[in-house]
Amino acid sequence: MTETCTLKTTALCEACKQAGGKMVDFHGWLLPVQYDGILAEHKAVRESAGMFDVSHMGQIFVEGPKAWEFLQYIACNNIKNGPAEGTYFHILTDEGTIIDDAIAFCLSQEQFLVVVNAACVETDFNWLKKHAENFGVTVRNESDNWSMLAIQGPKAVEVVDQILPGVKDLPRFHISPLTMFGTDGYVTRTGYTGEDGVEIMLPNAQITELWDVLKQLGVKPCGLGARDVLRLEAGYLLNGEDANPTKTPYEANCGWVVKLTKENFIGKDALVAKKAAGFKSRLIGFVLKTAGVPRSGCKVFYEGKEVGYLTSGTFSPLYKGIAVGYLASEIPAGADTEIEIHNRRVPAQVVKPPFYKNRV
Amino acid sequence: MYNEENCRFLKTHEWACKEGENAVVGISNHAQEEISDIVFVDLPKVGRVVKAGENCCVVESVKSASEIYAPVSGEIVAVNDALNGDPALVNREPHGNGWLFKIKMTNPAEYDTLLDLAAYKATIQK
Repeated sequence: MTETCTLKTTALCEACKQAGGKMVDFHGWLLPVQYDGILAEHKAVRESAGMFDVSHMGQIFVEGPKAWEFLQYIACNNIKNGPAEGTYFHILTDEGTIIDDAIAFCLSQEQFLVVVNAACVETDFNWLKKHAENFGVTVRNESDNWSMLAIQGPKAVEVVDQILPGVKDLPRFHISPLTMFGTDGYVTRTGYTGEDGVEIMLPNAQITELWDVLKQLGVKPCGLGARDVLRLEAGYLLNGEDANPTKTPYEANCGWVVKLTKENFIGKDALVAKKAAGFKSRLIGFVLKTAGVPRSGCKVFYEGKEVGYLTSGTFSPLYKGIAVGYLASEIPAGADTEIEIHNRRVPAQVVKPPFYKNRV
Repeated sequence: MYNEENCRFLKTHEWACKEGENAVVGISNHAQEEISDIVFVDLPKVGRVVKAGENCCVVESVKSASEIYAPVSGEIVAVNDALNGDPALVNREPHGNGWLFKIKMTNPAEYDTLLDLAAYKATIQK
């Protein structure tokens, strides 16, 4: 097959295939969209434990005496610099629009690990490097050397604790160094599913050993399809779909990520001006009132008038048809709209995400 | 019920099975495996007149929407209402209780031009 020659593969590619993964092209990476079925995988994560190969995601290390000051300038959020603390943030353009969303973990006062989206690794790395000089910090893109496995679900931490004793005491959104299979890595109490869980980073050579052990412990391999349903239910953004460099965090339902009280950060002046002027539309959720599956690109109507479009949509086993999209600002939560799906208008209620709130 | 051997096929994975003057329509076992986890079927309206090759139904899985084409021309005379409550019937019994709709054929000669099982299988083995 020619496609496998041009696509990048993770160190877990063969393991995913052996587990029955149906492999697809995801932003240039060959990754499993599903194994035995999205619904079964979704259920495993909501009720037990599932694991996702997320080795395509990027790891960028920021080092130097002014590492924290540098990240404070890059990020619109306040980056925490307490030991092992992690912070979700957005990287913005000078216009205050979203380049990527990421998490920065404080390894020490002079070293942070930034985990970024796969499709943005190069862009983010170049952006950080461009601004690093003024702060005298070093920015290293280690993405090709690290693999990453997300273990998610109500039983995930308990299972991982069997092979990594003490992980159950790691607080939410914190990082810890680890030693496993004779090598050093990291574990974070984070995820993209709305469930409790951890993400483990190991050098490429050791990740398959971890996969095998977890599989023996009954953790179910899960694909990108289930991951997309889980994250949408939990109300998490998919950068590139729900957010992009034409949208500010305010429009993307992420105003809480912006801290205008910070002295300075890239995009601050633009955000202040744009916020004062107001926004024509903002990202919000929809729940279908009758059967159907909303998809990205579907148009939204209110009182017969086109007022928005969807950026993500799916069938949720918990709520049936759910979606998020950009809707004209004047239309309130609770409003009855219609979503056009295959030339049919389906009634949908406007709701504030998340759709699913659970343990985290 | 509508065994593969008694069906004719489109390259796009629909099957048709002659039942008197009607053609019963569904999707092949291969198609349901590829689509997987069917969660909604947008059935055509009874009474709608369709031409052979016309897109008239949508089968939705969690991940994607698949358009279904009418294998023959005619009027939709029945749809499988059981799919509204249990769309996964299409996965479980693609050639049985998971049928989609029935067309009263206006040109039965079209039916004979469809692929037989051997010819259909040859297209999916490529």
